[in-house]
Amino acid sequence: MTARDRTREPETPVAASGQDPASETPVAASGQGRTPEGRSGTPMLDVRDLRVTYRNGERAVPAVRGVSFTLDRGQTLGVAGESGSGKSTMALGLLRLLAPSAQVSGEVLFEGEDLLTTRWARLRAVRWSAASVVFQGAMSALNPVRTIGEQICEPILLHEKVGQRAARRRAAELLDSVGVPSRRSGSYPHEFSGGQRQRIMIAMSLACRPDLIIADEPTTALDVMVQAQVLELLGELVRESGIGVIMISHDLSVLSHMCERLAVMYAGRIAEIGPSRQLIAEPRHPYTRALGRAFPTIGDPASRLAPAGLPGDPPTPPELARLSEGRGCAFEPRCSEAVAACRTETVELWPSGPRREAACLRVLEGSGT
Amino acid sequence: MKPVLEVRDLMVTYPPRRGAAPARAVDGVNLQVRRGEIVALVGESGCGKSTLARALVGLVKPTGGQVLGDGEPLGYSAAALKAYRRHTQLVLQDPGGALNPRQNVFDAVAEGPRLHGLTDRLGERVHAALARAGLRPPEEFAGRFPHEMSGGQQQRVVIAGALALDPSVIVADEPVASLDASVRGEILKLILELRDSLGLSALVVSHDLGLAWNIADRVAVMYLGRIVETGTVEEVLLRPKHPYTRALLSVLPDSGERPVLLTGEPPDPAAVPGGCRFHPRCPLRAAEQDTLCDSRDLPVLTGDPSRSSLAACHLVH
Repeated sequence: MTARDRTREPETPVAASGQDPASETPVAASGQGRTPEGRSGTPMLDVRDLRVTYRNGERAVPAVRGVSFTLDRGQTLGVAGESGSGKSTMALGLLRLLAPSAQVSGEVLFEGEDLLTTRWARLRAVRWSAASVVFQGAMSALNPVRTIGEQICEPILLHEKVGQRAARRRAAELLDSVGVPSRRSGSYPHEFSGGQRQRIMIAMSLACRPDLIIADEPTTALDVMVQAQVLELLGELVRESGIGVIMISHDLSVLSHMCERLAVMYAGRIAEIGPSRQLIAEPRHPYTRALGRAFPTIGDPASRLAPAGLPGDPPTPPELARLSEGRGCAFEPRCSEAVAACRTETVELWPSGPRREAACLRVLEGSGT
Repeated sequence: MKPVLEVRDLMVTYPPRRGAAPARAVDGVNLQVRRGEIVALVGESGCGKSTLARALVGLVKPTGGQVLGDGEPLGYSAAALKAYRRHTQLVLQDPGGALNPRQNVFDAVAEGPRLHGLTDRLGERVHAALARAGLRPPEEFAGRFPHEMSGGQQQRVVIAGALALDPSVIVADEPVASLDASVRGEILKLILELRDSLGLSALVVSHDLGLAWNIADRVAVMYLGRIVETGTVEEVLLRPKHPYTRALLSVLPDSGERPVLLTGEPPDPAAVPGGCRFHPRCPLRAAEQDTLCDSRDLPVLTGDPSRSSLAACHLVH
């Protein structure tokens, strides 16, 4: 639906100057999963060497430092990482939803069209109708002074040639489908509980039948029981409609159960990417391993009275800026398996198994290359 | 030996808001924390767990029942509360909010000792507390301000502030909820170490059952103002009896069971259902069609830690 080839416009305020993403970083191009099994042609979403740098006066903080991946219709990709890992910046950067202080470069090919360079008018059409976002805090994402029915109708009326009545009917269907009684479409956001508001956000994101949903920590503020309800709902919708989902979360265990593929981010880069089950069962990157252990499995004797953490802290913004200039692995200061080469070698995502990649020097040893 | 911390038939009722009924946030709770023991109090938001924690440190005056420290009933005069807080210290959820941004680490940790007139060799006391909380060497951290530290370090400062008074028990309300996963484990390790090295007892309030598995000896599951199941961590988490506990465990991603999704959200403490308070959401009652659940109130669990696990349910024995 969005595959029409548009001439790129020079206005593009986000594309960084002087950089030709295609000529840069062979890592991006080597990214496996580029053509998922059993499919041919271009993937729905093809992200190539995405970089986001926040400029604050003299200071430049590289929040995303070269991320590449692909996603097809019906696929689910989980992006895990701790605060400051760049996971939300990355996700919001895909649809140019970042503040003007963020400089974005790279390519975000959605149905072959680069969203980073396309015209704003075109981008506005893509948002909602082709790709939509479920934001983290539904209370602040929803407009407090308008009824939820109006808010769900708004994108429908804006993007589709339908009348008020048809839009309202669709809104009611959507609310019912996410388990919020449609008779409440005249209520305001504050009249709903946190879980219901998150469901309403999901209904809204589905309003224009998008092909891609980006869910940024969709269940973070919710209780376990409500979280389970919302996740069940999201999973059902994905299975039924075959939309692609990128789900961002700090919770590795939630992601590994919701998403077939998992990308673990650290310091603005993907540390490891591959099928979720394999990544959890046999992590190849020490950070994935540490993150996995931080979420104990009840009944696992290894974690009983033995909480597992990771000494040290993720890099601060100034440290990130320094990292981007030099060589070496960003995780090296906290890594229990680091060797001397980790401080000096350039670390890239290397194949670490079928459909897997890990950015760790030890992977090269293991595979004998 | 008397438990370091105990509540008996505790009730905390908040006055009604505009026409609504009074909210029975804590509605009859018995709980003990013995010396050197870590007890996890788990439940969803709105179940009353934070109110119970606040009542335990004397920040909320109960409307019924008693709080006892070392077997002594807590008095609510300013002097009695002050004395009690050397014994029981509170660690709050969000270290960023708990610390004064314009106060350096030394002053933050020294605040408690100063209030209690423990100014003799104050520097030594503060440094010892910082070192115990894992901020080593303490001299390096003493001059820093909150914004110069990571979230994990800030939480260590809050814990050091509690330790500076040599308490026998800490009450920690969601001590790791605002921290990243890798940092979370480090803070939990610290709580375990403090128990081992100082014999410190702890009541840890959390929504996270994994936390109980990681550090607690016993666990109490709270629902709508009452403890519905209590016992050792192994008993409650591996062989849960109460349908609520079972449902909570079943929705964990790693449970390996089919998730039992409770409908609706935790109900309102201003409208506690009659009979078993869990009956409107209970999958077991729905299956067995038992009318007892709707009509007969359940007794308050005794909270006696020497007994095996207890569950407040008509249908499990």
